[in-house]
Amino acid sequence: MASTQRQTAANMPDYDAARASFSWEQARAQLSGLPGGGLNIAYEAVDRHAQGPLADTVALRFIRRSGERLELTYAQLLDESERFAGVLRDLGVDRGERVFSLMGRLPELYASALGTLRHGAVFCPLFSAFGPDPVEQRLRLGDARVLVTTPPLYVRKVAHRRERLLGLEHVLLVGDEQEIERITDVEDLRRLMASARRSASIADTRPEEMALLHFTSGTTGTPKGAVHVHEAVVAHHATGALALDLHPQDVFWCTADPGWVTGTSYGIVAPLTHGVCSIVDEADFQVDRWYEILQRERVTVWYTAPTAIRMLMRAGEEVAGEYDLSDLRFVASVGEPLNPEAVEWGRKAFGMPIHDNWWQTETGGIMIANYRSMEVKPGSMGRPLPGIEAAVARRHSKGHPVLARDGTLELVDVGTESGELVLRPGWPSMFRDSLGEQARYRACFRGGWYLTGDLVRRDDEGYFWFVGRGDDVIKSAGHLIGPFEVESALLEHPSVAEAGVIGKPDEIAGELVKAFVSLVPGQTADEELRRELLAFARRRLGSSVAPREIEIVAAVPRNRSGKIMRRLLKARELGLPEGDISTLEPES
Amino acid sequence: MSRPVRVSPQELRQTLIEAIVEVAPDVDPTTIDPCEDLAEQLALDSVDMLATLVSVNERTGIEIPERDYPKLATLDDAVAYLVHAAVRQVDAAARQEEDSSI
Repeated sequence: MASTQRQTAANMPDYDAARASFSWEQARAQLSGLPGGGLNIAYEAVDRHAQGPLADTVALRFIRRSGERLELTYAQLLDESERFAGVLRDLGVDRGERVFSLMGRLPELYASALGTLRHGAVFCPLFSAFGPDPVEQRLRLGDARVLVTTPPLYVRKVAHRRERLLGLEHVLLVGDEQEIERITDVEDLRRLMASARRSASIADTRPEEMALLHFTSGTTGTPKGAVHVHEAVVAHHATGALALDLHPQDVFWCTADPGWVTGTSYGIVAPLTHGVCSIVDEADFQVDRWYEILQRERVTVWYTAPTAIRMLMRAGEEVAGEYDLSDLRFVASVGEPLNPEAVEWGRKAFGMPIHDNWWQTETGGIMIANYRSMEVKPGSMGRPLPGIEAAVARRHSKGHPVLARDGTLELVDVGTESGELVLRPGWPSMFRDSLGEQARYRACFRGGWYLTGDLVRRDDEGYFWFVGRGDDVIKSAGHLIGPFEVESALLEHPSVAEAGVIGKPDEIAGELVKAFVSLVPGQTADEELRRELLAFARRRLGSSVAPREIEIVAAVPRNRSGKIMRRLLKARELGLPEGDISTLEPES
Repeated sequence: MSRPVRVSPQELRQTLIEAIVEVAPDVDPTTIDPCEDLAEQLALDSVDMLATLVSVNERTGIEIPERDYPKLATLDDAVAYLVHAAVRQVDAAARQEEDSSI
């Protein structure tokens, strides 16, 4: 088995040839399409396998916290999603309405996602570690009609704000029956699913119909609701084959939580469209637990994140040596740039480099990658997916791309000059809208390109190298955090006058959220207040978004127009030259 | 890392709680169920847990290898682990001193 896995031919043996011959039409032809025309992600992921030779193949294998396994075959997953769609129908949920989830990686999460798509409604997963503020804001912005969650998460994060969420008609809880009975204004999902008439017919969705909603953070303003359509499944499937090298009979493990886009595109959709067995671990990272899963489940393709890899590195490569990982054929990473040492560490621990790739919530799927058949350049993002045109746009010192007279972008050729990574629009999983904010959506495009906000350079072999973010968004432990959201929460505290939030480099998490706050007059800066502010932010934002450090300062630097100078805060934090501060307001 | 000294289970429990509250000041120590999973009941993520155990190591000198973290999942388990680890490390250090003095 071991040797056969590594001898399996790569799906894309020749990158240049694949790039020359690739078309999205051909990629679309790899999928079935709905019998009556149209396209639905759930049909490609579940129905077509459940009705064919893969009906009894394991689609999802859950590893419960206790270590116990729970398997759902494609036929069973179809049954579960038909029941969930039946529940939505009975509740009167309309096509296009939003169904949110806020829960750990429980089987019901997957039934909800696929059942929602099946019903023609829109699925929006939220990360369960979000605090009440991010949860309420996203439920409101996304106009949630239904929320699927658990009793503890509901009580802690939603119940006390329920009356402010007028559009939220149904809260479906997964958990202990008696616990659910004690909560008012909710329904027991398992009970509803057990009695629901299955919804055997799937919604005849059009390819351009809204399917998924993923919130992502920007430097300013509220989180952005990136709208994805059913046609995205074409890219999920194609990238599963080309970038993750998925083959029939693979055992695939994507460690990301579906509360983030990776956990949906690659934790739910892509492996299922390929008819492979997908591993879902309900627990969070633990060194031996993860190695045990890789070994026992005979994982062949593993998609994980830099923070996890760096934690494994901390434990030592000899730990990896205690396990039989010979079934592994391909290891990939996403979330933040993978440092070259971590890429190389993969060779020692797994006998192969770790393949970094790059994409973002807005792109819906992998865009730039180190492929199995290609030489890995440690530290690089890799090369653009076949079907994706990527370029580097020159930027003004103020950060905007340089436009030529004819309105096109001025592009940087290969070399040491960095610029903004831009992509030619038109791939199937590109976001189609920022929910309710058309102007914000349009601002992401200039001169016929999508502006990613990431700064890169490209070498003479066409590999892209990440240089930094073009804005102030923070990437911590694979999660994208908008500084504005954190600053806004801190400003709610009566002692805080101003707040500026940055990402502080961290060996394990990539960046940690750090806040600088100034106090209202008369308020004394002491350790007690600093702790109170940390506690206040954690209660509102949750552990994954709240600052890990707060520093109380005399004033938060702003420019003349009043904008917080996060760059300056970061430069000071890192002890770097502060650059041009001529537009800075005096701090007195 | 400084050499661990023998400390009582009560002191280790207190040190652990202090480390948790330092990382997550929103936690009310009086509400911690000593038999329940700490991360789950206190909504601590993996970065919090790492910071907590690094802080315990700094405060006590007790080495806690990364792969042992699951053995410190509840307050009671963590205290039991730290007590044993401290004894082991003190004994090992004493043996080393004896060896080097021979």
